[in-house]
Amino acid sequence: MRFLFKTDYEDDIKLFPHSGYYFSYGILFALLLVAPYVLSSYLMSQLVFVCIYAIVGVALLILTGFTGQASLGHAAFLAIGAYTAAYLQKYNVPFPVYFLAGGLFTGIIGAMVGFPALRLTGIYLVIATISFALIVEEILARWESVTNGNEGMRVKTLSLLGVPVPRDSPGFYFLCLAVLVLTIVGTLNLLRSPTGRAFVAIRDSETAARSMGVNVALYKVKSFAISAAITGFAGVLFAHKLSFISPEMFTLQLSIEFIIVILIGGTFSLHGAVLGAIFIVMIDPFLTYLKDDMPGIIAGVAAAFGAGKERAASIQSSVAAFASLNGLKGAIYGVIIMLFVLFEPLGIYGRWLKIKLFFQLFPLYKRATFKRQKIYVKSERNR
Amino acid sequence: MLDFVQQLVSGIALGCVYGLIALGFVLVYKATEVVNFAQGDLMMLGGFFAFTFIGMMGLNYWLGFAGAVAAMALFGMLAERVVVRPILGYPQFSIIMATIGLGYFLRSVAGMIWGTDDLKIETPFSQGVLRLGSLVLAYDKLSVIAATMILCLLLYLFFNKTTLGTAMRASSENMLAAYYMGIPVKRVVSIVWAISAAVATCAGVLLAPITFIHSNVGLVLGLKAFPAAVLGGFGSIPGAVVGGVLIGVIESMAGFYLPEGWKDVAPYLVLLAVLLLKPEGLFGLHVRKKV
Repeated sequence: MRFLFKTDYEDDIKLFPHSGYYFSYGILFALLLVAPYVLSSYLMSQLVFVCIYAIVGVALLILTGFTGQASLGHAAFLAIGAYTAAYLQKYNVPFPVYFLAGGLFTGIIGAMVGFPALRLTGIYLVIATISFALIVEEILARWESVTNGNEGMRVKTLSLLGVPVPRDSPGFYFLCLAVLVLTIVGTLNLLRSPTGRAFVAIRDSETAARSMGVNVALYKVKSFAISAAITGFAGVLFAHKLSFISPEMFTLQLSIEFIIVILIGGTFSLHGAVLGAIFIVMIDPFLTYLKDDMPGIIAGVAAAFGAGKERAASIQSSVAAFASLNGLKGAIYGVIIMLFVLFEPLGIYGRWLKIKLFFQLFPLYKRATFKRQKIYVKSERNR
Repeated sequence: MLDFVQQLVSGIALGCVYGLIALGFVLVYKATEVVNFAQGDLMMLGGFFAFTFIGMMGLNYWLGFAGAVAAMALFGMLAERVVVRPILGYPQFSIIMATIGLGYFLRSVAGMIWGTDDLKIETPFSQGVLRLGSLVLAYDKLSVIAATMILCLLLYLFFNKTTLGTAMRASSENMLAAYYMGIPVKRVVSIVWAISAAVATCAGVLLAPITFIHSNVGLVLGLKAFPAAVLGGFGSIPGAVVGGVLIGVIESMAGFYLPEGWKDVAPYLVLLAVLLLKPEGLFGLHVRKKV
């Protein structure tokens, strides 16, 4: 096990705590750079979605994971970013300008949502953000002069400084990857700055933060604005990736998916956003794969265990019938959410840390290291 | 004027449905301070159970109704045992996510079992209207209003007059302290879930002739029940019904007098306004603790 000796504050806030990080992130970065020349075009397109979901995941982590303000309305911020881009594009505004404008405008809306949210905590905040998202969805469907209503808007091919970047080209992937990396580095820097520390203080105890001199209202609004702005950037990329946007793409379902991203990835570290995004985006092709291949595999296993040929065939067809049931995907989604909440509240990244610690401490690992303290609910009404 | 009254009555009937679902939210919230996002889906499942008993097995309406309520009460206890109890004591947000997951699961499984068509239950209220002068009131809507009032009264008395109800309120105030006082908190929570699932089933069955039963009905109505619960003050039983009725009336008035599109947004605008101006709702009690 490696022990890190910290002798001053600079050591404590380093982005890369020790040299091993350069090595592992270097390899990861190299793999990501060669990915478009190795992977199939379908997987590339999924990888772009991973980047976009991860950007939203980082945004949501700032708000939910680090400031402790739950939001089930991030699909609305994504929609605002996407529609800003599509609207400005109609007037031939260049990409860098409407990219920034999308983020900025969404950030302003986010701050406007943040102000009323100051008085709300817990469940009330969740409900308020849900209703904000539903209202935005309805506005997008009704404000036809700007958003084209339910017919949706077409988004033209992205052109960066005069060079067209089609949505399935490696260039677009690199653009998304660059935005993701910039977002992550920016967020890491934010979190080690006084602002980030104030966010974490508010999450851990609002009262304590206030008595330490943190302006709780200001930082909450800031957190909302930053989170919304980053989601807005993701929205611009999302619009280009889909090349067509309409209100029914930005439903509560999408907001829930974003929450699942950080819930499954792990809400205490930025790694969680990326891991969760990979999980959510890749589960689709994985389920399709299972649906196509699982019946054959199960029949093969059954045959290996001595089932007759007809028996194996009937097993294969019944498994195939089960796999092609309508709505099986939703059920699997639901089960995954419940299993993570019940058994792995720290998410995939938490599981990784546990495995790492197990090998580092080999014979001495204790499960209780990661056990969460139960805090039996005291009434919120008297808080 | 007649239009107005007609809209008012249909708004009240609609609102009572929201109120019934909101009652379920409020019950669970009152006893455990947990919000059950799968409440609407419990309602949907109750409707399907009733359809199975009445439509498929050919039972008498009332017998099927009672059977569905009993089955759903058991199901509510099961859901609590499996999904909620292991995470009681963890942050609220995990429980919200767990119930969202439960909702997803129930919706898809119901879709798989009962298909995606709209189902209908033959009820004694399905046909027939009550005529008051030139005012026309359908019996199915009246039955919803009457049932809501009765359930609301019963639950109110239960929570405020019985020992079990007091135990529930105590365990919501402070679970640990209630446990020290000898209240079997786990059993109390389990019973609350059974009751709220039973209330949801009542909503589902009464609603069956009006909206029909399909696997997404719970999601749509469940979202509309939030404004009702918040407007009434999360945690007040009469509040849930009053809030539901107000939301229903606002929605149906907005649909009639305002341009298209306001109908769907109005409840949420009201919700945001309530949260901003009077977060404790109409009937909620708000006591600020000194630090």
